[in-house]
Amino acid sequence: MSLIQHLAIAPVVIPALAAPFAVMVMRRKRTLGTAISLLSCAAMLIAALALLVQAGEGTIRTYALGNWPAPFGIVLVVDRLSAIMLTLAATVSLIALVHAVLTGADRKGWHFHPLFQFQMLGLNGAFLTGDLFNLFVFFEVLLIASYGLMLHGQGPARLKAGVQYVVVNIVGSSLFLIALGLLYALTGTLNMADMGLRVAALGPDDQGLLRVVALLLVSVFALKAAIAPLHLWLPRTYAVTTPAVAALFAIMTKVGVYSIIRVVPQIFGDGAGAAAWAPAPYLLPAAAITAIVGFAGVFVARSLSEQAAYAVIGSTGTLLIAVAGWQADTLTAAIYYLVHSTLAGAALFLVADVVARRRASFADTASAGPAFCQQQTVGLMFMAAAIAATGLPPLSGFIGKLLILESIVDTPGWQGAWGWAWGVILATTLIGVIGFARTGSAIFWKDIPPTDGAEPAVVSSADMVAPVITLALLAAWSIGAGAGTAYGAAAAGQILDSASAVRAVLGEP
Amino acid sequence: MTLEFLVASAIGVLVAGGIYMVLRGRTFQVVLGLTLFSYAVNLFLFASGRLTVNAPPILSETATAYTDPLPQALVLTAIVITFGMTAFAVVLALRSFLETGSDQVDGDDAPSTPAHAASGETTPGPRA
Repeated sequence: MSLIQHLAIAPVVIPALAAPFAVMVMRRKRTLGTAISLLSCAAMLIAALALLVQAGEGTIRTYALGNWPAPFGIVLVVDRLSAIMLTLAATVSLIALVHAVLTGADRKGWHFHPLFQFQMLGLNGAFLTGDLFNLFVFFEVLLIASYGLMLHGQGPARLKAGVQYVVVNIVGSSLFLIALGLLYALTGTLNMADMGLRVAALGPDDQGLLRVVALLLVSVFALKAAIAPLHLWLPRTYAVTTPAVAALFAIMTKVGVYSIIRVVPQIFGDGAGAAAWAPAPYLLPAAAITAIVGFAGVFVARSLSEQAAYAVIGSTGTLLIAVAGWQADTLTAAIYYLVHSTLAGAALFLVADVVARRRASFADTASAGPAFCQQQTVGLMFMAAAIAATGLPPLSGFIGKLLILESIVDTPGWQGAWGWAWGVILATTLIGVIGFARTGSAIFWKDIPPTDGAEPAVVSSADMVAPVITLALLAAWSIGAGAGTAYGAAAAGQILDSASAVRAVLGEP
Repeated sequence: MTLEFLVASAIGVLVAGGIYMVLRGRTFQVVLGLTLFSYAVNLFLFASGRLTVNAPPILSETATAYTDPLPQALVLTAIVITFGMTAFAVVLALRSFLETGSDQVDGDDAPSTPAHAASGETTPGPRA
């Protein structure tokens, strides 16, 4: 086997190697640990881009771990969607890490870099694996690393939110295991492609149980994606997390969305009898409520980071409205919007941090404070991030929402529903715009005289690098919308054609 | 039939107890609830390969029937993971109590409703 054939496992191996090395050198030479972490993220990005090009050829590549053939061994599957997610994860991680290093956020605890690498290990693994139990294991890896990262920097607020976050996720993982156990009992396999075949062959007695499994599994993913009513853990957690970490967490909710997109067509697709597309009817109302709750939160949030957390929920809702259509068009729009909303969420958290670092005790609360340095530049950055998050032109959120609106009109079976979806998307956009305008005008336009002659803190502009890169990427994503949607359309075709995945994973029948 | 009934009702009782405890307000009870719940899940996973008595899980020349070995491997993984997670939850709950002076899951310092005071529960103060 040549080295290029091992490329598929690189996104998992690179952070797995980097993390222990970072642990070892951190105590002696802090800069070396930081360098390892940065290099690892850069290497992951290169590997992900190589996989993106490779997957663009259209073949689904598999990598059998330990050379055990599927369905007996665990396989990694690289198709277009996984390649997109890997590239997105590597990009966001590099941006978040650069911001953490530049602002010194990584120096608040010893284990930031190792935990960051383990987080990436879990994320990349979850995007790659073709085995449902392995997906659970990677979920746990990314979760336990996220507990550490979420608590990074400590403080009572983080600990309070941390307890809830951990408890909610442990319960979620237990439900995941129950769903897995039921699926294994029904089908006798854990390989997703094989499961899809066996589900189609189930007798009428098992159909009821299969429906239960489908709904249970999607509920677990909905918890990870923070879909209403399972979203309550997110705002508090993300709002108190170190902003650089919160920017990385912007992709963590997308793991839930990715799992829904991956599992539902593959296992509960057309061939699944009574369970075929069982979660689909519930997904649209849940998505609409999520969008409303999210943008309503944006409207009432008291600080920029809280607003960013609610914007993440709202954009997940908008995204899932498109996913719930389960057509090639709607999934294409969903994939385009998924990339956009991850970057936009990260940008919001980073801008919130830039603001908080300049306003001393006022932090990022949505209230008037004394004038601070580089107020206009930061204000422009906030405006760009808000434009991206709400979906106004010229940034990619506008194109994404337009694609979603356009695609859901022709969705079969949605004659009555698409009007509702349009109404929700357009109304939430308006609420979001007003919400961001409210906080923006309070922070950037209203100045109160500084108390007892305190000079505004002068901060170096190095912390603006990461948000500016993110905003530039958003601009690039809107310019490259043509190429992006073409790739997304091909990815959507691959997802809906579950037979091709079966051929790739299990070999020619 | 009886074996299935016993295992199923044991899982059911554990799940019921676990969910009740997880929904309580204080971290210690929640952690106990998580433990009960994870026991139930582990038993459930174990049973997902069907309950077979007196059969080996690995290839043997004398055996006529086998029990499914895969759920045992899955349960082992699940036990390790839930054990680690529970240990983390315990440490976190303890740390949160020491730092915030409250062992309520929602982080509020004192239960403000009179119903709590009437039930005889005392609120621990901060241990600085």
